[in-house]
Amino acid sequence: MPRPVLGLLLAGLLGCGLGGIARAQEEAPTPPHQQWSFEGVFGTYDRAELQRGFQIYKEVCAVCHPVKHLYYRDLEELGYTEDQVKGIAAQAQVTDGPNDQGEMFQRPARPSDPIPGPFPNDQAARAANNGALPPDLSLITKAREGGPDYVYAILTGFKDPPAGMKMNPNMYYNEYFAGHQIAMPPPLAQADQVKYADGTAATVPQMAHDVVSFLSWAAEPNLDERHRMGFKVILFLIIAIGIFYAAKRKIWARVH
Amino acid sequence: MAVPPTSTPTSGFSRLARWIDYRLPVFTLLEHELVVYPTPKNLNYWWNFGSLAGITLVIMIVTGVVLAMHYTPHADLAFESVERIMRDVNYGWLLRYIHMNGASMFFLIVYIHLFRGLYYGSYKYPRELLWILGVVILLLMVATAFMGYVLPWGQMSYWAATVITNLFSAIPLVGNKIVTLLWGGFTVGNPTLNRFFSLHYLLPFVIVAVVGLHLLALHQHGSNNPLGIDHRGPQDTIPFHPYYTIKDSFGLCVALLVLAFFVFYAPNFFTSPDNYIPANPMVTPNHIVPEWYLLPYYAILRSITFDFLGIPSKLLGVLLSLGSLILLFFVPWLDTSRVRSARFRPVYRWVSWILVIDVIALGYVGSQPPAGFVVTLGQIATFYYYLHFLVLMPLIGKIERPRPLPISIGTAVLEATGRPGAAGMAERH
Amino acid sequence: MTDLAHSQIPAGHGGTRRDFLLLTAGALAGVGAAVSIWPFIDSLNPARDTLALSTTEVDLAPVKVGQRLTVAWRGKPIFVDHRPPEEIKAAQEVDVASLRDPQPDSARVKKPEWLVMIGVCTHLGCIPLGNKTGDDRGPFGGWFCPCHGSIYDTSGRIRQGPAPLNLVVPPYEFTSDTAIKIG
Repeated sequence: MPRPVLGLLLAGLLGCGLGGIARAQEEAPTPPHQQWSFEGVFGTYDRAELQRGFQIYKEVCAVCHPVKHLYYRDLEELGYTEDQVKGIAAQAQVTDGPNDQGEMFQRPARPSDPIPGPFPNDQAARAANNGALPPDLSLITKAREGGPDYVYAILTGFKDPPAGMKMNPNMYYNEYFAGHQIAMPPPLAQADQVKYADGTAATVPQMAHDVVSFLSWAAEPNLDERHRMGFKVILFLIIAIGIFYAAKRKIWARVH
Repeated sequence: MAVPPTSTPTSGFSRLARWIDYRLPVFTLLEHELVVYPTPKNLNYWWNFGSLAGITLVIMIVTGVVLAMHYTPHADLAFESVERIMRDVNYGWLLRYIHMNGASMFFLIVYIHLFRGLYYGSYKYPRELLWILGVVILLLMVATAFMGYVLPWGQMSYWAATVITNLFSAIPLVGNKIVTLLWGGFTVGNPTLNRFFSLHYLLPFVIVAVVGLHLLALHQHGSNNPLGIDHRGPQDTIPFHPYYTIKDSFGLCVALLVLAFFVFYAPNFFTSPDNYIPANPMVTPNHIVPEWYLLPYYAILRSITFDFLGIPSKLLGVLLSLGSLILLFFVPWLDTSRVRSARFRPVYRWVSWILVIDVIALGYVGSQPPAGFVVTLGQIATFYYYLHFLVLMPLIGKIERPRPLPISIGTAVLEATGRPGAAGMAERH
Repeated sequence: MTDLAHSQIPAGHGGTRRDFLLLTAGALAGVGAAVSIWPFIDSLNPARDTLALSTTEVDLAPVKVGQRLTVAWRGKPIFVDHRPPEEIKAAQEVDVASLRDPQPDSARVKKPEWLVMIGVCTHLGCIPLGNKTGDDRGPFGGWFCPCHGSIYDTSGRIRQGPAPLNLVVPPYEFTSDTAIKIG
């Protein structure tokens, strides 16, 4: 008679078959798998990589894309000191108020402020981008099928459209975007677009990899803690399973 | 009747226990129902899933209540409040992931528990009400889970709410009025979210009450067992404690390991990425898909693509989808066999497994865009599902020749362990 | 059935091994339960965004001598008083032993011309008057709580009325001659 193993098998069957729901991106190919420092059971973030990625975000992506779920204080997790974070924050202006005259005013950002986006609202963003809305990037690697692999594929997937394909105005050909026409111009177009503070060579694949790692962190800042805790919990449970099974067998010896 | 506890009466705790027990017999009750309670000695691991379901319910309520302390049920703030839980609340990510994956665990456990009931005939006399209460619990769980999924106010939350509430418009005459009543507006919106939050908080406690009734009904006649024959005396049973307390504890450890794996290493495995996009009433996702545990009902709903006997296809889809759950209420009367356990029912045994495959096929159909071969598969699988309950179950019970049953549980166990015992026709499986 | 009841199993050859197993199992369950409870409790503690707002920096340069300023800190009002010499003198000349809550003025300020206090009456929590121009400051020139009549002096100490304690001085430090960080 099948045992609880079958129950787990059912879980696996159902899960594997149905967990990755709607895998079909219709006409776009599956993005190839990249190596990420944070993937797998023992994955962790690489802080140097995250700092480089943040630099790319700030200098390239932030022109159009907000990350409104990130606060400046979160950047301390990337390895910056409190004072460095204060300095980074103070470079931006945020709206505050109303003051005693009833007016809103601008002031330098503080670590406790969220990182301000480039546009005050969606309509302004659309107006500046031919009607297209650059999505918020705080959760982008969790909000797309394929996760970091997909975002990386988009960033590096710009090429000339195949012969005979008619592109709509203000659209760019991207191999991995569903329908192959994306409103975003290639953001990482050439090497050394950004000068890395730590001196790493800024090739396009390097920049794409770094910024996607940063965005993965932005979507899941607790991954390191989660993996660490998970290891301890699962180890504990495996030991508990052993002990409880032995105890069960011992108690049941009388009946069997 | 106050029964003195078995511990020595001179210790302070025992005196206190006796004082309380004389006035409110909680300790006697616990002793009677959880310690000495005679349980068939031959239960296998399929019987672990009841206690697992109960514990998972507790986990869901505890994580849910704490999450509700940080969640804001307003359309403009809900998504952000969930992100705040994930990022800023101490251990918020852990609570949220446990709650999210716990829901999947809960359904998996309950579906296995249900299948155990179908296979071993646990719904048969005298446990028909026990079974019916179980189906009520399942219905409440489906409602609770559906409303809970709306709360993060992601794209999938919003559009699943839209699709499912729109189904009520299929009701003739008053359908649209009912939908407006459910929405509290002209579309799914803030009023809808608020009332779903209120009900999502309420229903689990209703489930607790029904679980209480479920256990009351269970203890009236005791558990079924893999042989499906009644226990006749002390030689067939063992006390619940320590035998099943330790076995259930072991099972709990295994279940927690599975849950821990998902929570810590694949927390978004069961969820749709679209739900990490804030709800946008102006943009529909490419594929609106419910969570995996609702896929079979979704598949049935979508497979009715034609009108039938004057009933519009939309209404028919709703009726058959809901009907697939309502049908379960009638199982004790649909099955005509006088033998409980499928171990002794050679035809029904295989038919049960085919039902499992059918439900998995329905789940697959529900997860795919409704085009081409998938639609046909869904229609066949829906047809077979109803065939199983309305035709096969009654028929097989009548025409099948069951294998001979053992004389008693006790002798069957003795035979199985190879010890000398009374001549019994025990089967070894 | 009774011969299989747990309490009557004789401890013998298999007994001690079973006891060890059960003890370990029980201990694991206990440890597991205790460790699992902590995240639930800790989630009720202030979250990171609340903690981020736990310090406030105040620029004192615009506050002239004799002016009083109110700022928010952790959701409460903070009274900042740029005390003129008469106020300082009045505060320092009070007989400390006669006070309900004895505290010398020197123990309540870091620089005598700057008084920083939480503007919440220690009686039942109202916000005393005295920090806005035109407010009634009470007979000691300090603060006056309109709810039940508590009267504070120019050092924020309770002199009359039902409040039991002086206005609380929050933790703060001077980050420069003209700025403080509270909290």
